[in-house]
Amino acid sequence: MCPRSPVGEADRADLTPLVETYRGRHGVAIPLLADIQRQFGYLPAEAVEEAARALDIPAAELFGVATFYSMFRLKPLGVHVIRLCRGTACHVQGSLRIAEELQRHLKVAEGDTTEDGLFTLQFVACLGCCSLAPVMMVGEDVHGRLTPDKAVKVLDAYRDGKA
Amino acid sequence: MERPSLATPTTVRVGLASCGIASGATAVYEKLRSLLADHDDIELQQVGCVGLCFHEPLVEVEVDGTRYLYGEVTPEIAEAILAFHLRGEGDIEERLVFNSEGDAAENAMLAKQVRIVLRNCGHIDPERIEAYVARDGYQALTQALRMKPEEIIAEVEKSGLRGRGGAGFSTGLKWRFTRAAAGDVKYVVCNADEGDPGAFMDRSVLEGDPHSVLEGMAICARSVGASEGVIYCRAEYPLAVRRLEGAIAQARQAGYLGRDILRSGFDFEIKVKEGAGAFVCGEETALLASIEGRRGTPRPRPPFPAQKGLWGKPTVINNVETFANVPWILVHGADAFARHGVGKSRGTKVFALAGKVRKGGLVEVPMGMPLRELVEGIGGGVGEGHAIKAVQMGGPSGGCIPAELLDTPVDYESITATGAIMGSGGMVVLDDTSCMVDVARFFLHFTQSESCGKCPFCRIGTRRMLEILERICRGEGKVSDLARLEELSVQVKDGSLCGLGQTAPNPVLTTLRYFRGEYEAHIVDKRCPAKVCTTLIHYRIDPGTCIGCTLCARQCPVSAISGERRKAHTIVDETCVRCGQCVTVCPVQAISVESP
Repeated sequence: MCPRSPVGEADRADLTPLVETYRGRHGVAIPLLADIQRQFGYLPAEAVEEAARALDIPAAELFGVATFYSMFRLKPLGVHVIRLCRGTACHVQGSLRIAEELQRHLKVAEGDTTEDGLFTLQFVACLGCCSLAPVMMVGEDVHGRLTPDKAVKVLDAYRDGKA
Repeated sequence: MERPSLATPTTVRVGLASCGIASGATAVYEKLRSLLADHDDIELQQVGCVGLCFHEPLVEVEVDGTRYLYGEVTPEIAEAILAFHLRGEGDIEERLVFNSEGDAAENAMLAKQVRIVLRNCGHIDPERIEAYVARDGYQALTQALRMKPEEIIAEVEKSGLRGRGGAGFSTGLKWRFTRAAAGDVKYVVCNADEGDPGAFMDRSVLEGDPHSVLEGMAICARSVGASEGVIYCRAEYPLAVRRLEGAIAQARQAGYLGRDILRSGFDFEIKVKEGAGAFVCGEETALLASIEGRRGTPRPRPPFPAQKGLWGKPTVINNVETFANVPWILVHGADAFARHGVGKSRGTKVFALAGKVRKGGLVEVPMGMPLRELVEGIGGGVGEGHAIKAVQMGGPSGGCIPAELLDTPVDYESITATGAIMGSGGMVVLDDTSCMVDVARFFLHFTQSESCGKCPFCRIGTRRMLEILERICRGEGKVSDLARLEELSVQVKDGSLCGLGQTAPNPVLTTLRYFRGEYEAHIVDKRCPAKVCTTLIHYRIDPGTCIGCTLCARQCPVSAISGERRKAHTIVDETCVRCGQCVTVCPVQAISVESP
């Protein structure tokens, strides 16, 4: 999952070719939504509604799937997506304090994007790097053995373009 | 350290699984590649996780069949390792963590293990099928193609292998039911949706030895009469997905997958299906719904997937570790497998040791090993000056086993008797700095947010339980809350359709059973004995010790610390957010945490 900048209206390509590949098939909701998200960087409500109309699937079914799985997002992402691990091993090693510090530092709540569009802060269940706890991912890079202070410094490096 | 051998190393291996990469192994690999560019006689390999995660990045040098494993390697150390092995220069003994012929720091840790599932992890390049084949890979499949399907099932049944995903159902029996089910079209599904926080053994197998899973699935397909397989893998494991897809392509090319496998007339294809992020999809009926493109909500069983599974057809669903055991069983025999273990738990189990333990990583031990041996003998116990308080097993569905029960043997039945479950093998060690009420709250927060919402008891009951636990952690609990928690636990267990709800109360029930005193301290004395729950603790600077260096005041993110240079500082309790950063920076340990 690559971090992408918010997609403006002008960049939106036509949905038709994408939607047509799903016509007449069963059980398409997840791959269809994943394709739409790949095209726009997120799931714009209008695009989901348009796909539902075109394929004669109730829009509620698509939104039901979109809101069920954590991979789908209805809002655009920031340039850097921060995925702070809130798994058990990270929790007992103090990830809550990092979570609080990042929210304070970025002035956003969990799931939100900073005003400048640079960072989106997400909490995830477990990144599977338990022996490096506490851990966060920024984009595809894993940063381990964090402290609140170190986590902020990691983000500063991304902001300055040094990471 | 003496130079081990005058011979030139034949192979240099770098651990490039997720944890290695996260510790900087890629830079080490690149450095070694440039240094070895002129050495055609030395093979540089990337391998999966060997399990010594706390020593990552790891580099292994093989000389004349002897393996020397070095830990905490940086690009500079990598250069020193080569200088030592190629030219006998310098000394790098302090980085040696394992020596297959001699003695080194972690030899004992590895000697206590029996590696069946992890037999190839850390030894072979997972991206090259030749490396897998060279270590008896696909020999079991070749054998299976010559056996009758019933014979394969009988062998797996005889081994005593039980599902390693948590529930522990007999694998052979599951295959037998699916074989017996009516229908021409059947499926084999591999559950690689490793969602338990604190468990990462499936990730390591997929990243370090993907072919063992493919081979296990193919053998299963042959025995039940399936021709299509699906691996449902977490989207959070991008490297595992990449390696699986590469392995499938290579296996097809080599004729181990696809049409007419090894000219036997048997067809079997495997597809990788990425999950979209939902913990409940680790439950088998929810997983099937998700593969079919729907919201991943469970349905009542029966019918079991063995009768009506994917697209309504008979389906075997096993997890990654279970499949990885299968080729070994066929090659070495059911008896060799059953020789390990105790009672109804045969073979080995892989555990992900994490938390407060000193040597965190992946370990594979025979079933029945006492928990103490695992946590203290292999894991090295907890840090100096601390004591083990409990071991959390089985993730959000499991429970906390207290220190006084550390002699419990690790097998399905004994672990269940403590109130925890074997689960997928996550083992998080807690010490005296871990608050058990906070741990229970943590798990309830997880299950509450991951509840799919289908069953009201799970959806609403876990919410009510979480609210009570949050209140207790804030010091606003009532004595009647404990009885209410127990009552809700029973209702949520009884009123839920799937494993998520049926086991969600376990962390609460086990902590209430073994650590009731800690709940009471929070409720009655408004005190958190482990000094974790933020509203029940205060930070205080000892004026006699403080040297007025101002470091803490500058570090404080909310400017709660004031004081003049060279004079004692004070913390304004109302402003303090209890982040603990001042404690970390104080050079004279003048700041203490207090709970009344």
